[in-house]
Amino acid sequence: MPEHSPSTPEVTVPPISLWRRGMNLLVTIAAAGAVILVLLPLGAIFAYLVFKGISSLNWAFLTQTPKPVGEPGGGMANAIAGTGLILLIASSMGVPIGIGAGIYLAEYGRNRLGDLIRFTADVLNGVPSIVVGIVAYGIVVLTQGHFSALAGGVALAIMMIPTITRATEEMLLLVPNAVREAAYGLGVSRWRTTLSITLRTATSGVITGVMLAFARVAGETAPLLFTAFGNQYWNWKINQPTAALSLQVFTYAISPFDEWHRQAWAGALILIVMIVLAVTAVRIVASRGMLKGAN
Amino acid sequence: MGVGIKVEHLNAWFGKTQALHDISMDVPANHATAVIGPSGCGKSTFVRCLNRMHETIPDARASGKVKMGDLDVYNGTAAVQIRRRIGMVFQKPNPFPTMSIYDNVAAGLKLNGFTDRRRTDEIVERSLKLSALWDEVKDTLRKKSGASLSGGQQQRLCIARALAVQPQLLLMDEPCSALDPISTGKIEELIFQLKEKFTIVIVTHNMQQASRVAEFTGFFLLGRLIEFDKTEKIFTTPSDKRTEDYITGRFG
Repeated sequence: MPEHSPSTPEVTVPPISLWRRGMNLLVTIAAAGAVILVLLPLGAIFAYLVFKGISSLNWAFLTQTPKPVGEPGGGMANAIAGTGLILLIASSMGVPIGIGAGIYLAEYGRNRLGDLIRFTADVLNGVPSIVVGIVAYGIVVLTQGHFSALAGGVALAIMMIPTITRATEEMLLLVPNAVREAAYGLGVSRWRTTLSITLRTATSGVITGVMLAFARVAGETAPLLFTAFGNQYWNWKINQPTAALSLQVFTYAISPFDEWHRQAWAGALILIVMIVLAVTAVRIVASRGMLKGAN
Repeated sequence: MGVGIKVEHLNAWFGKTQALHDISMDVPANHATAVIGPSGCGKSTFVRCLNRMHETIPDARASGKVKMGDLDVYNGTAAVQIRRRIGMVFQKPNPFPTMSIYDNVAAGLKLNGFTDRRRTDEIVERSLKLSALWDEVKDTLRKKSGASLSGGQQQRLCIARALAVQPQLLLMDEPCSALDPISTGKIEELIFQLKEKFTIVIVTHNMQQASRVAEFTGFFLLGRLIEFDKTEKIFTTPSDKRTEDYITGRFG
């Protein structure tokens, strides 16, 4: 290539002032400090749970039902399964309803009804969980005549819905209108565009919202107190009282027995591990279909 | 084969604002027709009325008669049916970001219920060859996302996507305004080849582009069609003073 670039004019760059350098350092340290402050409580809680709970954690704890007071050993296997069952029921109701409502708000909800739903969802998000439990008690337990996993699932689903709805709406609104227009331009109908194009484009964000809601309700105790109720034995029927880890931890923690206290720590540890595993598993499954360069 | 489009007394509104006033125009089959005019003159609205994209905007409506071949666009045909026959390429490349290159091109077929895999493979390949993108993407068809391509490649991907549903007419709304001169050159070359199979309507701000690719040109001003004639005539001996002022750069 021929050399014909003009000679660079002499520009003297002033040295970066001490003040700017100091400020830069300060802000960097502040940001790093904020990250540590966020991570510290999580790390501390987890470390303390491991410290307190690991000694009671053994194969029997994961496979056996609770033993009567005074008898050593026993476990929380029925509560682990119960938590899984209740969360399954809650998710199978809360996720589709939440995503559906989010789709309505984002794609059709630019009107009075939409504003009303948005307001309702935000209020519902702030309702104390014990109140949600009372609602589920009124709807399910009173009509059925007994406590059940279903009632617990309904309570948790009600708590999941507003979070998922708002997250789905936000994520769908982030999808550029040009993407919808591209689909309309191909002769794709509106509902098909919403499901196959808009929702698909927003998938990873919607999943984040769902997992947030899931993780939040997984450890809820109050709404289960008089819905799922708890159970000392195995139960797989959705219309029977069911044990849940959070309930079991609560019962054991307020008991006067040292053995039960130790088991409560182990139960709390298992609960956190279960939530982390579930969230990670969903992330891995969801990212399997991702393409290079997709955003 | 392409078909012509016959527009009679087309009016369009955004809410209470009238964007198009009584447009009548005969777009000939298998030719490229350019639509020029200053910003806000209704060029885009005009082409968006041709495939009924205009009405997807809240409060927007249109009236008048548009006939595509023997198909009445505004009477007795569903909008989605019209849009399957009239392809559209937008100003900014808009590939589906979470879909692979292959899925982007096949999207129109799949979403409209076409399930024959082998035929889809063939159509995807043919469309990408037509839009001159095949050689650049054939090895990464299913691995890379449409959004990972360069701007010029994305626009050719969008053209391939529009061609895959086998339209008879292709609307291009300033397809090169976001592209560099080399990509623009490729797309103009493409328009030349596509003319043999499709009718093309292209909106452009670039008058050189209009004179390069289009046999016919319509000049819009303030929502009205001022002049419509052979491109050569428009750019050499326009019959309206306003057209002359615009093409000689005296305003707009």
